[in-house]
Amino acid sequence: MAAEPHTAEHLPTATGLDNRKLAMWTFLGSECLFFGALISTFLLYRKNVPEGEIIPSEIYDIPYTSVSSFVLLMSSLTMVLALAAIQRGDHRQLRIWLVCTAALGMVFISGQVFEFTEFIEHGFTIRSSVAGSAFFLLTGFHGAHVTVGILMLLTLAMLSSTGRLTQEHTLRVEMIGLYWHFVDIVWIVIFTLVYLIP
Amino acid sequence: MAVVAVPQRRSWPRRPTTTTGFVSWLTTVDHKRIGILYGVTAFVFMLIGGIEALLIRLALARPTTPDAALLDADTYNQIFTMHGVTMVFLVVMPLGAAFFNYMTPLLIGARDVAFPRLNAFSYWVFLLGGLFIYSGFLLGGAPDGGWFGYASLSSLSEGPGMTFYAIGLQIAGLASLVASVNFIVTIINMRAPGMSLMRMPVFVWMTLVVNFLLLFSLPILAIGLFQLTFDRIWLTNFFNPTMGGDPILWQHLFWLFGHPEVYVLILPAMGIVSEVLPVFSRKPLFGYAAVVFAGAAIGFIGFGVWAHHMFATGLGAIANTAFGISTMIIAVPTGIKIFNWLGTMWKGALRLTTPMLFSIGFVMMFVIGGLSGVTHAVVPADYQQTDTYYIVAHFHYVLFGGAIFGLFSGIYYWWPKFTGRMFNERLGKLHFWLMIIGFNMTFGPMHILGLQGMPRRQYFFSPGQGWDFWNLVSSIGAFIIAVSILVFMVNAVRSLAKGKAAEADPWDARTLEWTIPSPPPAHNFDEVPTVHARDELWHRKYAEDTEGRPAPVVAGAQDHHQEEHGGGHGIHLPLPSFWPLFAALGIPLIGYGLMYHWSLIVAGVVTLLTGLYGWMLEPLE
Repeated sequence: MAAEPHTAEHLPTATGLDNRKLAMWTFLGSECLFFGALISTFLLYRKNVPEGEIIPSEIYDIPYTSVSSFVLLMSSLTMVLALAAIQRGDHRQLRIWLVCTAALGMVFISGQVFEFTEFIEHGFTIRSSVAGSAFFLLTGFHGAHVTVGILMLLTLAMLSSTGRLTQEHTLRVEMIGLYWHFVDIVWIVIFTLVYLIP
Repeated sequence: MAVVAVPQRRSWPRRPTTTTGFVSWLTTVDHKRIGILYGVTAFVFMLIGGIEALLIRLALARPTTPDAALLDADTYNQIFTMHGVTMVFLVVMPLGAAFFNYMTPLLIGARDVAFPRLNAFSYWVFLLGGLFIYSGFLLGGAPDGGWFGYASLSSLSEGPGMTFYAIGLQIAGLASLVASVNFIVTIINMRAPGMSLMRMPVFVWMTLVVNFLLLFSLPILAIGLFQLTFDRIWLTNFFNPTMGGDPILWQHLFWLFGHPEVYVLILPAMGIVSEVLPVFSRKPLFGYAAVVFAGAAIGFIGFGVWAHHMFATGLGAIANTAFGISTMIIAVPTGIKIFNWLGTMWKGALRLTTPMLFSIGFVMMFVIGGLSGVTHAVVPADYQQTDTYYIVAHFHYVLFGGAIFGLFSGIYYWWPKFTGRMFNERLGKLHFWLMIIGFNMTFGPMHILGLQGMPRRQYFFSPGQGWDFWNLVSSIGAFIIAVSILVFMVNAVRSLAKGKAAEADPWDARTLEWTIPSPPPAHNFDEVPTVHARDELWHRKYAEDTEGRPAPVVAGAQDHHQEEHGGGHGIHLPLPSFWPLFAALGIPLIGYGLMYHWSLIVAGVVTLLTGLYGWMLEPLE
């Protein structure tokens, strides 16, 4: 959501925290319940398949997903580097790391698209069983979150290259960073609960 | 290395600046005007939902046969479903939001909410979500599976109705979610100097609790609704038992949202009553801290009682017992509040004005509804009551006798502040008496009908079951309520046309909003107030004499601020903006796209993104 700097820039806040940062934390609190409900549904349904259909745990390619998980985790590192760059006023490095983060995110998404296609070719689809429905809904919504994050990162890079993301907008980078790290952490939970636990 | 900042461009598009006329309402970001928009919209939906209720009561006024029923089964299903959906999501919730919007910044001494444009966005998304659900009537059928949308009634229902339900509630929920973030940040961060948490008016506290409830419960509903949408549009089987799906999962997700939602509906009214009772009793609120903590406790425990809606689904003895106990526990903080309100009135100098009458009505009706609610916590008794009119009686006592009476109390109490006009007391009292009589005639008998076994959601009932008399009484009562609403409308129109001008503080009240003119100027406070006490205004007006009675301070404090500071020139207010409305328009487009054609999805996403980018890039000045 677009940031709203009016009041934040004119008045000190009661807690000293910036309004936008507090809003992002609040929103992420809500997101926990969003993914919580999705993960609960998956855990309820994960072995629930009709005779002859594929159980999710039979079809996972753990080494493959491990690699794409690693890629996503590395994007958190580049995100931190981007924030560090703008904090010390290095806007060229900021753009480099923002684009790097977005690129790593895109690698992850491409990996997910490939994984989905593979699963569907093997007959594990959103309709083959409720386990499939729950799997695709959960991982799909996570992918959508990553996609929104990529869009926001590229927007930041674009704003920076046209000179509209100046030193006083450090907080914007920090906020998008918070979102990005959250989406990464959720993936760690998903990877553990959905893929690794048999 | 650092890139030089480019000065803010003032080119396309200029921010709109009009403050009067139609366009100004489309572009406003003023929390007070958005509050009025919420309130008026919710009232219109209340009239529609009320007409649906009257249709229900007409259909059930007399025993009849299926062929002679006033409404056929399909129409009746749509009407009672839309009555519930409307009253919960499009009336009581947005009426609460109207008060959050208008009052929260005034009560905490702020000039606006934390994110004014986001606030406008919430309103437009809410409005479009409501229209989206109602568009079902024109596009092949409105929702017909009950406001709780139980699977498989919802997932397998014929016609597009429940798809409108799934997507429409998703849209309305998004509006509330965005608003909840906004209000939480506003209350935590935008308080005036000295307005510590324990000096906040109770209404603000309840606003905070409500918005945390929304923040944490709406995402759960969102997942349930997404699953329902997938079941209906892409033929997944989340809730289809023949394919391994579990309809009870919907009930868990829905009531994990739905029970906190009950407190979302009632806590704003409790907050209002906690403001009104002290003013018209000329006493501070009895046990302020207890009321606040009880409200917070309700917020926490409210997440632990959802399965009491599901006793009859066969959860097993252990789960039923646990949820029965937690349901009894949540009655405790509610009871604490009741006693605090009674303590506030005890030996007070009561002034029985219209807002006070509605508040007292609230306390009485809510006690009845609360008591019948506790009877549901007794699982064996609940087995008998489930799906009978006893349940209908119970939740109308808490949501109508409770929430609506409390909200009307707030409407009358703050009417002078909203409009700058006084209303007619005699018409106001007539409204109250008609409403409380009509209300009890309508819903009181439903306790008896329910215990006699009359089931809910039936489009007719046959003669000879002993239900004739009380159903007739109930239907007559419903029309008395309708008359009372007409009286309110007459009063409102009269007041706006020729009501006496309201002073800044017509009630001799206690809180900050009464220190500024009625209606408040756009910037609210000429100078941000510094708060020294709970009931700040009262302490500016009154000291105590030797026996602890209030004694007026000679130089009454409320007006000289305005004169000293020259009417607020030079205060920087956020400019109006087209973008919140523009961005919001994309969302129902996506919704229709999901139902009809992918090109609408593309159009919706493009509209939404254009709106958000325009919003982000528009100049601030």
